[in-house]
Amino acid sequence: MEPVLEVNSLTMDFGGLRAIDQLNLRVMPSEIVALIGPNGAGKTTFFNCITGIYTPSAGDIFLSVNGRRERLNGLKPNRVTQKGIARTFQNIRLFQNMTVLENVMIGRHCRTSSGILGAIFRDRRTRLEEEKVVSDSYKILEKIGLDRFVNELAMNLPYGAQRRLEIARALATEPFLLLLDEPAAGMNQKETQELDELIVNIRDTENISILLIEHDMKLVMRISDRIYVVDYGKKIARGNPLEIQRNPAVIKAYLGEDPDA
Amino acid sequence: MDWEYFLELLLGGLTRGSIYALIALGYTMVYGIIELINFAHGEIYMIGAFTALIVASVLNYAGMNHVAVAILAMVAAIIYSCAYGFAIEKIAYKPLRNAPRLSALISAIGMSLFLQNYVLLAQTPDFLPFPSLIPDFDFWEPYAHIISSQEIAILATTVSVMILLTVMIKFTIIGKAMRATAQDRIMAALVGVDINRVISVTFVVGSATAAIGGVLIASHVGQINFYIGFIAGIKAFVAAVLGGIGSIPGAVLGSLVLGWTESFFTGYISSDYEDVFAFLFLVLILIFRPSGILGRSETQKV
Amino acid sequence: MNVRGELKKSFQISAWFMFLTFPILVIRVNTVENVIEWRWYNMAIVGVSTFLGSALWRYLLSVKEKSQRINAASPGNMTSFQKAFSDKRFFYPALFILIGFVISFPFLFSMYQANIMITALIYVMLGLGLNIVVGLAGLLDLGYVAFYAVGAYSYGLLNFHFGLGFWTTLPIAAILAALAGILLGYPVLRLRGDYLAIVTLGFGEIIRLVLENWGEFSHGPSGIANIPRPSLLGIDMTLTQNTIFTYFVMIGLVLFTIFVVNRLQNSRIGRAWIALREDEIACQAMGIDRTRTKLTAFALGATWAGMGGVVFAAKTTFINPASFTIWESVIILCIVVLGGMGSILGVISGALVLTLLPEYLRAFSEYRMLIFGIMLVSMMVFRPEGIIRNVRRTYTFSKE
Ligand SMILES: Nc1ncnc2c1ncn2[C@@H]1O[C@H](COP(=O)(O)OP(=O)(O)OP(=O)(O)O)[C@@H](O)[C@H]1O
Ligand SMILES: [Mg+2]
Repeated sequence: MEPVLEVNSLTMDFGGLRAIDQLNLRVMPSEIVALIGPNGAGKTTFFNCITGIYTPSAGDIFLSVNGRRERLNGLKPNRVTQKGIARTFQNIRLFQNMTVLENVMIGRHCRTSSGILGAIFRDRRTRLEEEKVVSDSYKILEKIGLDRFVNELAMNLPYGAQRRLEIARALATEPFLLLLDEPAAGMNQKETQELDELIVNIRDTENISILLIEHDMKLVMRISDRIYVVDYGKKIARGNPLEIQRNPAVIKAYLGEDPDA
Repeated sequence: MDWEYFLELLLGGLTRGSIYALIALGYTMVYGIIELINFAHGEIYMIGAFTALIVASVLNYAGMNHVAVAILAMVAAIIYSCAYGFAIEKIAYKPLRNAPRLSALISAIGMSLFLQNYVLLAQTPDFLPFPSLIPDFDFWEPYAHIISSQEIAILATTVSVMILLTVMIKFTIIGKAMRATAQDRIMAALVGVDINRVISVTFVVGSATAAIGGVLIASHVGQINFYIGFIAGIKAFVAAVLGGIGSIPGAVLGSLVLGWTESFFTGYISSDYEDVFAFLFLVLILIFRPSGILGRSETQKV
Repeated sequence: MNVRGELKKSFQISAWFMFLTFPILVIRVNTVENVIEWRWYNMAIVGVSTFLGSALWRYLLSVKEKSQRINAASPGNMTSFQKAFSDKRFFYPALFILIGFVISFPFLFSMYQANIMITALIYVMLGLGLNIVVGLAGLLDLGYVAFYAVGAYSYGLLNFHFGLGFWTTLPIAAILAALAGILLGYPVLRLRGDYLAIVTLGFGEIIRLVLENWGEFSHGPSGIANIPRPSLLGIDMTLTQNTIFTYFVMIGLVLFTIFVVNRLQNSRIGRAWIALREDEIACQAMGIDRTRTKLTAFALGATWAGMGGVVFAAKTTFINPASFTIWESVIILCIVVLGGMGSILGVISGALVLTLLPEYLRAFSEYRMLIFGIMLVSMMVFRPEGIIRNVRRTYTFSKE
């Protein structure tokens, strides 16, 4: 089977700093892959390269969906989203002064098409499209468990709900691959538990592949099929959760030179 | 080719550029620290010139010696500009430090509008003749048609201000704190830099150089009104962007480039579009090289 | 609250301001006649007013801090004013009275008043247009007046050279202004917000300076005179009749603007604008084309300025570059900021307040720009959302 995402020797330099160094990574269809590593390892930068927010210094990024393989390098972020990659942000970037529902409706933007004239004249097609956007968005909110907040401003949501709204908004773009940047950060144990069910549920019901950055190792070990470990922009290990837990290089990266475990 | 004319334009451009540089420094320093285009900076310069005019007139009236008048007027201009710069930051920018950038910018525009009209209403809408504070030295007479002693004074002052400023930023503690704040405000605060103080000092220093520029150019041109700050401010801003906003050598370089281009353009081509030219320049730089000549292009962190 | 501490602070600030304003407010020199005027009363005024003002300032800041905390906790963010508005029993009679007043206005009051109202309505239209750019899309455009000039000169020149009338030029000017918006917008919309402000300011000034200097094209600083007023099926009208007619034309145009802007605001495009304002990067990551969205905002905003320009030219029958300075852009910005960025009702109120107040309060008019400056700063500090906060649309769903 062809991987949904295939990244070959990706490198990203900021001035003199090499944030990502010759990184290779693959995500298979319906797979949950975790990307872990210490702070500053380059994980978020990796997401930014894939989604077109940064232009990588070298390397290739391919997306394969429905048997078509496309190179994503050099595409603008909105084009990447349109091709089928959606993401969330580590430091929440919701549209704070819009309602929860509107946040999700923005996600539907790239899958709808009505324009200026449609907006002014509100013809039948535009009206139908708008109604569908509203009901689709509401369905997504129901699925994520945020439907009681529909008309609330995003900035008034509790923290955990904001993180979930980021996921809802990303799902609204109908992705094949979902990139989650530390979705459990700042959540309590119960919320994390629910999140972990949600992620597995998204994979199972929608056939969406998931690439996940996370510092909560329990969560990572519970749900990932495979794990990549990076440190200083380099891949230091790859494998299933059990293999990673036993890998000496990983233990060293996380605990420093002398692991006394 | 008429070499004397060329030389005249070259030196004229240099003088012009030096003045822009004195104002551009304030823009660039403030931008470097709080990423705000201080729209009211041009007004600080105008207020400096007005203060100098008022103080000089009062002292002249009292019959004071010429040199003392010049010095006192300059000192008063610097003190008052610094005080205004300090107050402006506290009133219009400090409460907005965590607000969207658009808000701070609108507040800055409001401040600029206020100060212009404050001087307009309190003083006069008309141009006022400005006394020549720098005398024409006799010994310089033979060369004065190429470069006047006024212009020499301007150049000398600019160079000394640049040197002082560089020393301050490179070697003093507050200079180091400024550089740290410019790099990363939150980190700087964490390691114990008093951010409020650094920002205030930045405004005060920027205002002082603007005041010096204001007095020099007013005495050179010979007249001022409430509006001089706006055009000069815009041009100095163009110079700062041209050099790479946030960079001090960049501001100087950008100012000189703008000064020369304007001087040669008006000297050889046409003076009708002198002001259009600065704007056109700005638009072109921002489109083709938004980071400026010396600025580094940075990827916005996400 | 510690009263003594507050008093001391106010004293210090008042002393500081008396020092600060001393040379400029107290001394006035006349370098021509060599006289010096000392105005000590100004120092007293400054002392007293800053003493009170600084207390008020600190009080408002503390109120704002508190209200932010409450606001974050409570879901509803409608003001009582807006609640009253959405109450049908109140809304319909109020609307009825309003319509009656608007229709009878030019017949009840003098032509002078009607002319003032026409100007106010032009500003309503300009404010609503700029609101698309600044309020919705979050792009600080300081050169908006350029599009106003494009509209006015389109009418002036097309009429002068080809004899085109008001009604023919109105759509042409709208299109030309939109094109100008795209043309000017395209190269600069990649720029960050603050650079955009300066570049648009630059463009505005370039257009004005070109109009001033390129005499063959624009008739230079002397401008274009004898521009015809709006016509109605070629009927000859007296000046009074024409003013009344222009008033109604303007009412019609404003209603049209409100209709279109309201529909745009609650559409796919409008949501994209707001999302862009809220977070550019997240917006792109949601699949929205940044450049295109910004360009539509720029072009659609410019359209209204173009039409406003035509009406302005037709109303004054004379235009010259002096009407299109940067300060005009700043006034329109004030309207949007005061009224409430993104709120249609707010912008309308803002435009009416800022244009009518200086007309009716002569004392105010001298200090107009000064007060606008203070207003911009204090609105940003205390109430960035404007007098009327933009309320998001809500949806109801039935649980199945
Ligand atoms: N736009 C940028 N300009 C310069 N350096 C950057 C930029 N973005 C990231 N970096 C640097 O790249 C390195 C990797 O950062 P990144 O945010 O990818 O780490 P991370 O693995 O996501 O860490 P964390 O777990 O803390 O989120 C860091 O040293 C960071 O400072
Ligand atoms: Mg990260």
